[in-house]
Amino acid sequence: MTRKIRVTVNGQEHERAVEPRTTLADFLREDLELTGTHVGCEHGVCGACTVLLDGEPMRACLMLAVQADGQRITTIEGVAPAEGLHPIQEAFWSKHGLQCGYCTPGIIMSACAFLRDRPAPSREEIREMLAGHLCRCTGYHFIVEAIEAAAQALAPPHPRSR
Amino acid sequence: MKPAPFEYAVPATVDEAVGALAGGGGDAKVLAGGQSLVPMLALRLARPTLLVDVNRIAGLDAIREASGMLEIGALVRQRALERWAVSRSPLFAEVLRHVAHPPIRNRGTVVGNVVHADPASELPALLLCLEGVVVARGPRGERMIPADRFYRAPLTTALGADELATAVRFTLPPIEAGWGFAEVSRRHGDFALVGAVAVLTRAGGGPVTRARLAFFGAGGTPVRGLAAEQALEGREASAAQLAEAGRAAAAALSPDDDIHATAAYRRRVAATLAERTLAAALARCGGCA
Repeated sequence: MTRKIRVTVNGQEHERAVEPRTTLADFLREDLELTGTHVGCEHGVCGACTVLLDGEPMRACLMLAVQADGQRITTIEGVAPAEGLHPIQEAFWSKHGLQCGYCTPGIIMSACAFLRDRPAPSREEIREMLAGHLCRCTGYHFIVEAIEAAAQALAPPHPRSR
Repeated sequence: MKPAPFEYAVPATVDEAVGALAGGGGDAKVLAGGQSLVPMLALRLARPTLLVDVNRIAGLDAIREASGMLEIGALVRQRALERWAVSRSPLFAEVLRHVAHPPIRNRGTVVGNVVHADPASELPALLLCLEGVVVARGPRGERMIPADRFYRAPLTTALGADELATAVRFTLPPIEAGWGFAEVSRRHGDFALVGAVAVLTRAGGGPVTRARLAFFGAGGTPVRGLAAEQALEGREASAAQLAEAGRAAAAALSPDDDIHATAAYRRRVAATLAERTLAAALARCGGCA
């Protein structure tokens, strides 16, 4: 038995009928063909499927598609501007913050919210955030450097007054 | 790795949810944040015939502080309580920072975590330490279940299959109390191998008037460190007494062996963490918990 849902993904509204047991991750990939959201462990440990739900990162594999009815979702496909890359993507590229790239979309989605909330994070804070994302190429050093570089790129041009 | 089929109900009120659970014949599960249930569905460790999704029920997402109690509604996400705690309760802020990771806390609920009853989870131990209660609504009405009678075994509680936990209530420590929290885990955000949380109260620089200590990851349920509490109440609590209290509480534990750690290791670490959290709590007395 399916249910009809209406979801806004990357600013575009979609209406589909889904089985209640379909996860949001499978819905994004199979029904909407947005395959940038990667599925790794399918039980919330690896972080590869992280997307933004109303601006906050969540595991798309731990939410049912029916629960997203009426909600706004941002996936990796919605991060970059029409031309070029988002500054976080740019930093991952320039700092070699990815090897196979499987974990990258999830990390970038988490980083979007993380750097919004914490524009000048310490290395320790970046590592604490990354604890929720598994990179099996084990390229964590470069990922930390990429997020540091992204924080600098996203920082306002003038030092903020205190 | 995909959930088996199930019926799906989206009640609009608590009464409807309770009715749906009763109709599930003991084989229904409540879906709130889903951060523990959905993995169990995916791994097919749980195969309920009916999921009762409570996310659309209005009025369950409130954090209320009144007369020394902190009431957390069933739809309060862990992240919401963490943000609330940043300016109000360093104890809650510190505990919540250790619950999984931000993407999990954004969705996972406080009540869901308490009711899921993973023995290595932080919030059940905090509920025990702060002598909280679980507010449950079932076909026979509402009842309060005290934390020390709530946990029975791993993932097993006193909550009936036809009951919905609508809130949890924590007794907030008095203003003069101090707190300590520590856990050992492989990575930040992992379930703890062992952890402890302590709250001490003392009058001025005098003896300890009240001691509460709870362990997690140290047995089948979260467990109070009663031996340490009794050893410290009414005493001046010297460094030697704190260490002895920690050892006494750890000696009473029955931790498990598993692939992550031996029972003997857990008991030793528990003694150390008990001592550290009690010492931290004593040092913070007179601050603000």
